[in-house]
Amino acid sequence: MSFLTIENASVGFGPLKSRTEVLSDLNLEVKENEFVAIIGFSGSGKSTLMALLAGLLFPDTGTVKMKGEVVTRPGPERSLMFQNYSLLPWLSVFENIALAVKQVFPELSKAEMTKHLENYIKMVNLLPAKDKKPHELSGGMRQRASLARTLSMKPEVLLLDEPLSALDALTRANIQDEIIRIWEEDKRTVVMITNDADEALLMADRIVPLTMGPKATLAPAFDVNVSRPRNRATLNQIPEYKKLKLDVTHYLINMNKEAKKLKANPHIPMPDVKPLHTKYPVKV
Amino acid sequence: MSDDKRYVDIFDLVKAYPNPFGDDIRVVDGFNLQIKKGEFIGLIGHSGCGKSTVLTMIAGLNSISEGSIVVGAKEVTAPGPSRAVVFQAPCLLPWLTSYENVMLGVSESYSHASPADRKQIVEHSLGMVGLLDSMHKYPTEMSGGMQQRVGIARAIALKPQMLLLDEPFGRLDSLTRMELQDVILDILDREKITTLMITHDVDEAVYMCDRVCMMTNGPNAKVGDLLTIDYERPRNREEMMSEDKYFNYREHLLEFLENCEKEKDARKKASLAH
Repeated sequence: MSFLTIENASVGFGPLKSRTEVLSDLNLEVKENEFVAIIGFSGSGKSTLMALLAGLLFPDTGTVKMKGEVVTRPGPERSLMFQNYSLLPWLSVFENIALAVKQVFPELSKAEMTKHLENYIKMVNLLPAKDKKPHELSGGMRQRASLARTLSMKPEVLLLDEPLSALDALTRANIQDEIIRIWEEDKRTVVMITNDADEALLMADRIVPLTMGPKATLAPAFDVNVSRPRNRATLNQIPEYKKLKLDVTHYLINMNKEAKKLKANPHIPMPDVKPLHTKYPVKV
Repeated sequence: MSDDKRYVDIFDLVKAYPNPFGDDIRVVDGFNLQIKKGEFIGLIGHSGCGKSTVLTMIAGLNSISEGSIVVGAKEVTAPGPSRAVVFQAPCLLPWLTSYENVMLGVSESYSHASPADRKQIVEHSLGMVGLLDSMHKYPTEMSGGMQQRVGIARAIALKPQMLLLDEPFGRLDSLTRMELQDVILDILDREKITTLMITHDVDEAVYMCDRVCMMTNGPNAKVGDLLTIDYERPRNREEMMSEDKYFNYREHLLEFLENCEKEKDARKKASLAH
């Protein structure tokens, strides 16, 4: 039996007369301990899909089920990590995470609580900064704090909504490695939304493309049959990876062709005048 | 022409910033690179290694501590429209339409041309990036990818001798990124502008560049390795990927970056142990 499923879900917004169907007839099955990446692009309804899984939004038709039961509300068993960190600015890293843990595990004693929290802060390598406020942290550190908070609730499903797209390339790679390391140590089900095909290829067991909205739905999945641990450099010599990379790129190129494309218009010729290239003798 | 082989000549380039103890920190130290006319060079390296410092020095926006940069037989001493820059953020003036944003530079650079010619230059440039229909839109009315297109149109309108791209697609999703890579390559296939592009994306580097220059970690950053990407132009992504050398190039670049990171970590640990 699948762990988390979406069955024939459709979601629309707006009044009946001018209703926009964002997601239409969408089906997804996620197995236990599987890492699924959903790849989609601006306006395709990625975040709507995430809200469905989290139980923050309910489908107009169809159902979302976890372990066979219909999802009726958000809960700590499916915890969501946002792109924009969502930390409370007046609380330290420790306090931000404590806020979540107190809700989920109110029975913990003070000492147990501290131990629990420090364990997760250590997991994301943030122990030296545990008493810092969010504004004292870099973007990457904030995202680590947010990750620790999500993990500290011991969710059965981790929902990652473009967790890395606000970060620079290097921090991004570091946190990708961190997420994979934690996922491997402490297996659990992950659904991650991303707009980066390479990220999906590196991290996921299965890549499910979301088609262009409106009326977006999930396209047939790509299975990533590449053994772990995966190394960014040596991956390039693995035949399965090469084939998959080509397939995914091919898919994206075709998706681009389908989308309304801004066509270059080279028919207006450049007039034959030379620019004044030496007009500004500004000294630096 | 022998001159075209070193159309851009960066010789022993140094950027030094004074620190409070009186000695200089040499961020970039002994950077050497020759670029052929019409060549597309990628610059890749870890964050903070000084890639943008090199680019802004070529643009003339940053002073040169030692060494020299020559572009088209002229030494760089100041910024100028002969070296156009496209930044990561589109940097458009929000109160002007795309047409007016491009016209701003055009009316300065072509002050001797007739108004009709100037209008045609702007329309030509916007046409090249596929924005003729959105000519009179304001930046807030356009997507990030469209704004970046205006930035590209603004740069090519000045007929620059050299195009400097500072991670132009860094903030865009893979799909828009692929679209804009093709926009740039399409323009370069027609106009053959010498280009230097900073990027973090190895696929982008392999797809677009003739040569990729890998920079070592800063401080004292210099050229660590150069990789020639041997594919004919115009290029086709899928055809490139169906050859093994595509993945060998990719591996080469990723390995370099990984080693840089290891070296950085080792250095950090050594300084902590101190």
